[in-house]
Amino acid sequence: MNPPTATVYEVMATYRELLHATKSEISEIDAETARGLDGAAWVDVREVDEWQEGHIPGAVHVARGNLESRIEAAVPDRSAPVVIYCAAGNRSAFAAKSLEELGYEQVHSLIGGITDWKRNGGEVVLPRTLSPAKRTRYSRHLLIPEIGEEGQLRLLDSKILLIGAGGLGSPASLYLAAAGIGTLGIVDADIVDETNLQRQIAHSLETLGTPKVESAKRSIEALNPDVHVVTYRERLTSENIDRILDDGWDLIVDGADNFPTRYLVNDASVWRGIPVVHGSIYRFEGQVTVFKPHEGPCYRCLFPEPPPAELAPSCAEGGVLGVLPGIVGTLQTNEAIKLAAGIGESLVGRLLLLDALATEFNEVKIERRADCPVCGDHPTINEYIDYVEFCAR
Amino acid sequence: MSVVRVPPVLRQEAGGAREVEASGATVRELLEDLAAKLPALGSRVYGDGEIHSFVNVYVDGEDIRTRDGVETPVRDSSTVILLPAMAGGSLTSPPICDRPGSAEPTSPAARRR
Repeated sequence: MNPPTATVYEVMATYRELLHATKSEISEIDAETARGLDGAAWVDVREVDEWQEGHIPGAVHVARGNLESRIEAAVPDRSAPVVIYCAAGNRSAFAAKSLEELGYEQVHSLIGGITDWKRNGGEVVLPRTLSPAKRTRYSRHLLIPEIGEEGQLRLLDSKILLIGAGGLGSPASLYLAAAGIGTLGIVDADIVDETNLQRQIAHSLETLGTPKVESAKRSIEALNPDVHVVTYRERLTSENIDRILDDGWDLIVDGADNFPTRYLVNDASVWRGIPVVHGSIYRFEGQVTVFKPHEGPCYRCLFPEPPPAELAPSCAEGGVLGVLPGIVGTLQTNEAIKLAAGIGESLVGRLLLLDALATEFNEVKIERRADCPVCGDHPTINEYIDYVEFCAR
Repeated sequence: MSVVRVPPVLRQEAGGAREVEASGATVRELLEDLAAKLPALGSRVYGDGEIHSFVNVYVDGEDIRTRDGVETPVRDSSTVILLPAMAGGSLTSPPICDRPGSAEPTSPAARRR
């Protein structure tokens, strides 16, 4: 005979009981009280399709399913008040409890959720969102909390001008296009030739003999048709720079090969307040920095005057390791993407020096000069000068 | 002895070396020592008690113009970087400033903004 057995069933809580218990453990507030909380972070924990139908202004979206893993990036300050809402105030109650368990000190669930908010005349905004195709294309960006959908939308809204479609401009144009920069301008007067193909990866055998701006445009469009490409098949001069900059660029990636153009780009960018991501290369060495007008030094603060001609050989004369512009151009692109997305620490005030032969990076501090003739306290250069003459002195 | 990093355009004057050693308690003393050892390199960087205006000098990552100029102190363990501007970038034509007086038709010309 088997020994007698007994089965004990624990009485599991129903959803309603669990909700009731949770609500008794957290703070619930109405819209009026929530509005009065100074410095509160508003978190919408609904699903993405609900968020896309409208949300409370200023709220961030962290779906309930990702709450624990993503809240720290969205709301880093655990001591600040947090107002959580959903459609009716139930999912937000559970979410509030989770946040308390994560150490958030002042968490409140909005009574009645966005439904009551709307019923009482509260403002709702419709978020700009990415199409399903763009969500797929940029999915690896969307997964990074610092970029996400908002950052990607900023990239898609950005307009970046590339000076040169050669060694530095090639990797920059391709990675900026891949990142989804909405509009890329390219200034270059040259034609693709065989000597370019050792490093200028935007061009190919198929585009030999064609203008570099057209060749780069073909490569960009093959990679990402979201990008609008504006080509300027001309050498940048003080005659045409205003016309080109009037097209409205958020930032410039400078990959010019000569000093007159560098100083010209500098002066125009300071006067117009356009940040310049600077890169230059020679043989095995590169320099990268960001000139942000009036927030850091400009090119003239760094190099008040160019070296004499014999100390300023071009890559055409002195040569360059083919991969070097790839490294420097992608470092410039990294700076450009951060500036466009509004994230991270830029190279403003820091000059990065790369020695590819030793695989060594160094950094030196650079400062705005109060006596700079262009961005200083009492500028003496207020109009375009003869840049060729200035560099030939 | 401090380490002086030589930029690529000046390596010929330093016998091809990427780094050379020089001694001095200030940038002035260091450059004078450098000029005595490597006169060709020294004269490219320094003359008449002044550093040529197209060369930047950094001591331990700081521009000496923002410190005490040629009187900026140098320690034995210091790294000194000599840095002229580099023009090199994307395009393939020779730099137009290498041709003073050039009648380059597309050269940036003076004009009013």
